[in-house]
Amino acid sequence: MSLRLDHLSVDLAGRRIVTGIALAVGDREFAGLVGPNGSGKSTILKTIYRVHRPTAGQILLDGTDLLSLRPREAARRIAVVAQETTSEFDFTVREMVMIGRTPHKRSFDRDTATDRDIVDQAIERVGCEQLAQRRFNTLSGGEKQLVLIARALAQEADHLILDEPTNHLDIHHQVEILEVVAGLGVTVLAALHDLSLASLFCHTIHVLSAGQVVTAGPPSAVLNPETIRRAYGADVLVIEHPDTGTPHLIPRRVQPTIHDHPANGTLARSPAPPDAPA
Amino acid sequence: MREDDDRVSPAKPETRQSETIADPLAADLDQAAAPQLAARKFMFRSSRPENRWRDRTPLAVVLVICAVVLLVTMTLGVGIGSVPLSPVAVWHVVAGGLAGHPENSVAGIIVWQIRLPRVLLAAVVGAALTTAGAVVQVLVRNALADPFLLGVSSGASVGATAVLLLGAFASLGVWAISAGSILGALLAMGAVFAVSSGGRGLAPTQLILCGVVMSALFESVTSFLIFRGNPQATQSVLFWLLGSFGLASWNQLPIPALALLAAMIYLMAHGRTLNALAMGAEPAASLGVDVRRLRRNLFLVTSLMAGVAVAVSGIIGFVGLVVPHIVRLMVGSDHRRVLPTGVLFGASFMVLGDLLARTIVAPQEMPIGVITAFIGAPTLIVLIRRRPYLYGATQ
Repeated sequence: MSLRLDHLSVDLAGRRIVTGIALAVGDREFAGLVGPNGSGKSTILKTIYRVHRPTAGQILLDGTDLLSLRPREAARRIAVVAQETTSEFDFTVREMVMIGRTPHKRSFDRDTATDRDIVDQAIERVGCEQLAQRRFNTLSGGEKQLVLIARALAQEADHLILDEPTNHLDIHHQVEILEVVAGLGVTVLAALHDLSLASLFCHTIHVLSAGQVVTAGPPSAVLNPETIRRAYGADVLVIEHPDTGTPHLIPRRVQPTIHDHPANGTLARSPAPPDAPA
Repeated sequence: MREDDDRVSPAKPETRQSETIADPLAADLDQAAAPQLAARKFMFRSSRPENRWRDRTPLAVVLVICAVVLLVTMTLGVGIGSVPLSPVAVWHVVAGGLAGHPENSVAGIIVWQIRLPRVLLAAVVGAALTTAGAVVQVLVRNALADPFLLGVSSGASVGATAVLLLGAFASLGVWAISAGSILGALLAMGAVFAVSSGGRGLAPTQLILCGVVMSALFESVTSFLIFRGNPQATQSVLFWLLGSFGLASWNQLPIPALALLAAMIYLMAHGRTLNALAMGAEPAASLGVDVRRLRRNLFLVTSLMAGVAVAVSGIIGFVGLVVPHIVRLMVGSDHRRVLPTGVLFGASFMVLGDLLARTIVAPQEMPIGVITAFIGAPTLIVLIRRRPYLYGATQ
């Protein structure tokens, strides 16, 4: 249950997007792929799940070249949760998760009791039993992501690829989604935008910039102001998370002036409303 | 919490462990002391089973109901007309015909020679257009696509118009129009396929654009032919363009029926991968689907089916667009349910449409395209208004 990218390069439309990517994700490791927009995170992930073809290098799954597997075989090893997808079609949550069984089935195969058990268990593991009969399209963004994780679980793959799974989600769902993923006991490679969140969940973080891996290692070794400046060109403060001791990033303003509230000229604060709803 | 939450049946809380015990209702309504965490966990999850009938009715039951409806509409279709026949009389003749000796009575000739082939052809074409429509909607991932989107109908029009106005294929006699239209359909199909298969295979947007552009091109060719043709022939072109089963005969049946059968076998074998493709190309690829090959095959299957349908009955709009939607409301979006239900329901829809077409203004015949549009357009508007999120509106 390990995934290794061996000097992977990918060209899209004649342009080199990522160059010489070498990274390894060990058994049951939660690895994060971070980097600025356009640094090649999605390209790497999409090459792993066969949307793009590598120009050079290899993707090795337990030492086997991934491209030597047939698509169905590969899909039984690697499941994908991409950014929230909307469907033109009106599938129920159960039907949606059942679609995860696709790589295990042949033409004309029907859903067996085993398939239904697997689907039920997948839905239960992400805590969505209550949603099973709902239409996928009517769910909130966070609920949709949980269902897509359940679909990936029904795929029974031992590797999970996540492409910015927490985008557009509120903080409750961001944490919940990653908590669910971390508890699955599978090998995870996740592209993440929120560095502090990545720091909280990942065993290893690979930092990309301009299509290359800048540095990699445990969050405490990787997430420091110099690396962030080098990869993102952004200025951050790094503090220790009081619970976990992992690095937590605090963005800094480019203009280091105290911001006056334009309306009343007083220092901007956001006081809590006196009777905020629970 | 939403007010309709109290309809939810408690999910057997005693059998679950602490984390899932918290039925959100229980937590909300009477167990104020329910664990905070559990309450938080379900904070955003309302649970409302939508359309229980849809989800709980086994497919077999739906299919039996649809088959009965089809038999009834077909019996009506054969029985109603200038010489009304009772269902018993209809089935008596049909039974005799199936046994190999059709009656020579007036009723026998009306049923066996005239009405039955017509009703059967309507059923087959209705089923084929519905199936083609449902699949094209997946192929281009657009719920508003119809089987004629990819240029088949406009290509067929050119062929049929050329036959009617220029006398092409005159040596083929009654087959000339069919031959011309199927040749035109194949030509248009090939053109759309060639133009839209770029580096990444048949991508939805490319397919739609190429289909629209090619349709416009072929339609202008049809217009040119009509413009150059004589007025009388133009009349028959117009009638053909609006669709009719008026020329139905037994020997028109085998080709569309076989095309439908072959297509259905292929599609039912790939029902699961169709569902995956409905998720989009990338999710489908991640589920182990060979997207490029699947799309190519779906394109061929639907275009051939639509082309054959057009060849025997002209261009009958709205069926391939509206019926798949009605069927999805009935049985959901799982194509293993949609396709067989669609065959039966689409057939009934068309038989009924043809019945109306030849009785509303009897003894004249209305082009069936007029009927299907009159039924289809309002139905579609109702559907769009009921389910805005399916048609591009954000919530």
